[in-house]
Amino acid sequence: MIDKLSWVAAYPEIFLLVMTCVIALADLNVKGEQRTSTYIATMLTLAALTLLNVMYAANGQTIVAFGGMVVSDPMSNWLRAFASLAVMVTLIYGRQYAFDRTMLRGGELFSLSLFALLGMYIMISGHNFLVIYMGLELLTLSSYALVALRRDDANASEAAMKYFVLGAMASGFMLYGLSMLYGATGSLDVGEVSAALTTGLLDHRVLALGAVFVVAGLAFKLGAAPFHMWVPDVYDGAPTAVTLMIAGAPKLAAFAIIMRLLVEGMLPLAFDWQQMLAVMAIASLLVGNLAAIAQTNIKRMLAFSTIAQMGFVLLGLVAGVSFTDNVASTANTANAYSATMFYIVTYVLTTLATFGVLLLLSSSKLEANKLSDLAGLNQRNPVMAGVLAAAMFSLAGVPPLVGFYAKLSVLQALMASSQEIYIYLAVFAVVMSLVGAFYYLRIVKLMYFDVPEVQDTIEINADARFVLSLNGLSLLALGILPSGLMAICTHAIVELLV
Amino acid sequence: MGSLSLAIWTPIAFGILLLLIGNERNAATVRWVALIGSLAGLLATVPMMSSFVSGEAGFQLVERSVWIERYNMFYLLGVDGISFWLVVLTAFINVVVVIAGWQVIEQRVHQYMAAFMVLSGLMIGVFLALDAMLFYVFFEATLIPMYLIIGGWGGPNKIYAAFKFFLYTLLGSLLMLVALIYLYNQSGGSFYLADWYNLPLSSSAQTLVFFAFFAAFAVKVPMWPVHTWLPDVHVEAPTGGSAVLAAIMLKLGAYGFLRFSLPIAPDAAHEWAWLMITLSLVAVVYVGLVAMVQTDMKKLVAYSSVAHMGFVTLGFFFFNDLGMTGAVVQMIAHGFVSAAMFLCIGVLYDRMHSREIASYGGVANTMPKFAAFAVLFAMANAGLPGTAGFVGEWMVILAAVQFNFWVAFGAASALIFGAAYTLWMVKRVYLGDVANDNVAKLTDINTREFVMLALLAVAVLAMGVYPKPMTDVINPSVELLLQHVAQTKLI
Repeated sequence: MIDKLSWVAAYPEIFLLVMTCVIALADLNVKGEQRTSTYIATMLTLAALTLLNVMYAANGQTIVAFGGMVVSDPMSNWLRAFASLAVMVTLIYGRQYAFDRTMLRGGELFSLSLFALLGMYIMISGHNFLVIYMGLELLTLSSYALVALRRDDANASEAAMKYFVLGAMASGFMLYGLSMLYGATGSLDVGEVSAALTTGLLDHRVLALGAVFVVAGLAFKLGAAPFHMWVPDVYDGAPTAVTLMIAGAPKLAAFAIIMRLLVEGMLPLAFDWQQMLAVMAIASLLVGNLAAIAQTNIKRMLAFSTIAQMGFVLLGLVAGVSFTDNVASTANTANAYSATMFYIVTYVLTTLATFGVLLLLSSSKLEANKLSDLAGLNQRNPVMAGVLAAAMFSLAGVPPLVGFYAKLSVLQALMASSQEIYIYLAVFAVVMSLVGAFYYLRIVKLMYFDVPEVQDTIEINADARFVLSLNGLSLLALGILPSGLMAICTHAIVELLV
Repeated sequence: MGSLSLAIWTPIAFGILLLLIGNERNAATVRWVALIGSLAGLLATVPMMSSFVSGEAGFQLVERSVWIERYNMFYLLGVDGISFWLVVLTAFINVVVVIAGWQVIEQRVHQYMAAFMVLSGLMIGVFLALDAMLFYVFFEATLIPMYLIIGGWGGPNKIYAAFKFFLYTLLGSLLMLVALIYLYNQSGGSFYLADWYNLPLSSSAQTLVFFAFFAAFAVKVPMWPVHTWLPDVHVEAPTGGSAVLAAIMLKLGAYGFLRFSLPIAPDAAHEWAWLMITLSLVAVVYVGLVAMVQTDMKKLVAYSSVAHMGFVTLGFFFFNDLGMTGAVVQMIAHGFVSAAMFLCIGVLYDRMHSREIASYGGVANTMPKFAAFAVLFAMANAGLPGTAGFVGEWMVILAAVQFNFWVAFGAASALIFGAAYTLWMVKRVYLGDVANDNVAKLTDINTREFVMLALLAVAVLAMGVYPKPMTDVINPSVELLLQHVAQTKLI
């Protein structure tokens, strides 16, 4: 069962694990306040991982490893590459912030982030219920600890507690659902479950119930309404650097397990889970967009904006299989899921830019979390204001920013589905994104039209400024030429569905 | 790079350059770079003008390359008689606007100028795009610079105006986006406009598509009753913003009718022509009356813009050669005249900081040179023969007579209202004795303002006296469009 190729498939995970342990141990001997050597080692590791995964992806080979426990296909390669890059960028943005808040007394920020990334890797590559679940737990446990990293901060501790209790419950839901599927099909392997479901001989009630619990667990991880309650509290309470760690890369892993569990594993049950996702999409678009308007805290506003954006992600997933007279058609699946993947990848890219600006705006004296902190940012630092404006227009879906093509692809997938009613869903989504445009525009208004409360210019480190500019430019560059990323997503999903 | 790409990207490149080199301390340099950029933008339309063959109906100078393979989108540009003069107009107005903002704008000059440069390139892109999604990208992207211009350099209530402008127009365009995706799916995966022109559609589908486009374009034109954003926005926008908004941005909507609504849903267009004509007549007559009672000069001109654009949409829906050519001529004429009107108000506002008609009186005594220009533009706005304003309106009214007497009667009455509110404003602002001390202290226009107004005056008079080069270019394309619209596309 374990052949040579299996090890090849798992090299990125193994490398990451080794480096994480090395960095955690070596950090014990690091004396510097800034933890420069640990930081550099982490950066090099992440850069090497990104490259390694891109090389795997360029090779384009699908390897089923360890008897089907793990799979290394283009989707997992690309998502792992993007996740590594996202964690890397997060740490670059967050380093000064963490230093100012005594979060760098130990090297936990780096080692926990790397463990979280390892969790994401396992989620992305896992092809077995238990492997996926293990990855998920590794990610979430590291995240709980990261949120609580400032143990003397009441807000952060409260957020960590909330996150832990609700997160543990969601994990329980998911495990319960997976166990039902295991009970009904007799297998934990995603492929075998799918094969068993295709026979159509199993008791549908158990399967549907299992699907309900799995979907609930996934929705929690994604932060979709009505399982969104933790999102604003945790985004707000956690130190901003950790907020970005939760809001960015893990969304990619969440997408991956949705693809593995729902699409690869339970496509024959699409009729059941698509309806749930459709309801959640509508709820997320409503709750996210409407509640975001009322926020004065920018991190809470972005939390609700995330919920709304996840509504769009769910819409893309809903469009995969269409039913006419109870006959399923999978003509639109590749189109719909690749649109969803494009959406989530660009969403993570935009989120990095958004929180990056907040992180760099914060200083040892100021915790940038009120909307008014952004007032007149254009006069204080035009680059930061420009990047955040690009991110806001992108989230609002205004061309020529990349967010527009994300919305366009999802809407196209939705309307290409032969389900007539989806046209109304598309119109609803479009109207909701108009509501969303209001609060995104408000940020731009604050930065460009309002007078700053403090006049001093903001100085940021050269490396952070370089990465931030690059991040902002990428939103525009991908907005003008999105073709390459679209091709990557399409290829990844087509290979997955074969 | 083709000549059309050159026209689009030259101003945008200068806009980016301005953002890169500009800061709070080098405003003087920035202004000159902006002027050079706008002139280069105008110059960049010369290759297009010189290689354009007048009298040919179809698209010329077509550029085509793959843009987004996944959705079969092309970077597809082309120019025909309908878009030709609009492109030139856009590049021209950009020069005027840079001159207009020369002294007035003192803060963040580089961002102000860059916004206009980028906006100019994007609007030219709208007129040249033949791929529906490329059109949409340009169409929507114009919102961003305009939003920043209104909110960044506008009047006291600028925030409200900027949001109203953005959200109002975004709602319309999002509905259009749904229609575009629908047509893409119906046509088997193509965003190429020519494919859509030949796409058979059922009556109900055409109606839905027609109204989705209507939502986007009617708001932009703006047609009555969705015109309410325009006066609010004009009042708050800086002078340059108002000029570009009235001169070019409104034309994006009218142009959309010609490129999308009519040829893609011709049967629905015929079916709903009565509604469009009614709405246009209401705009022409009722909004004209509304303009008469305004006390704010900018509001007055804003309402008069709505009324004049009513002529444009009116001309479209007679489906005859004369009316549609007249409508396109009117689009260009209104571009010159409305820009000039707003710039005149800007000249007064810079000196007196008031837009109220009541604050003025007898300006001609203290600013004779300026008053001469202002009266000329006012006459053009009223549609005096020999000025640009006359040609298009006259053609539309003639077409209306062929169509229906009472429609023509309504349209022609607008000439009286137009003359009434314009001349009444001229009387109250420019004529008579000097009304107060502030007016007595006014200084006449300087060289910069003289050049700016003279450029427009030449354009207005030239177009009024000899419109033939314009109609010669426009007419063949309009005829082709009408032939196409006359064919049913019902399945």
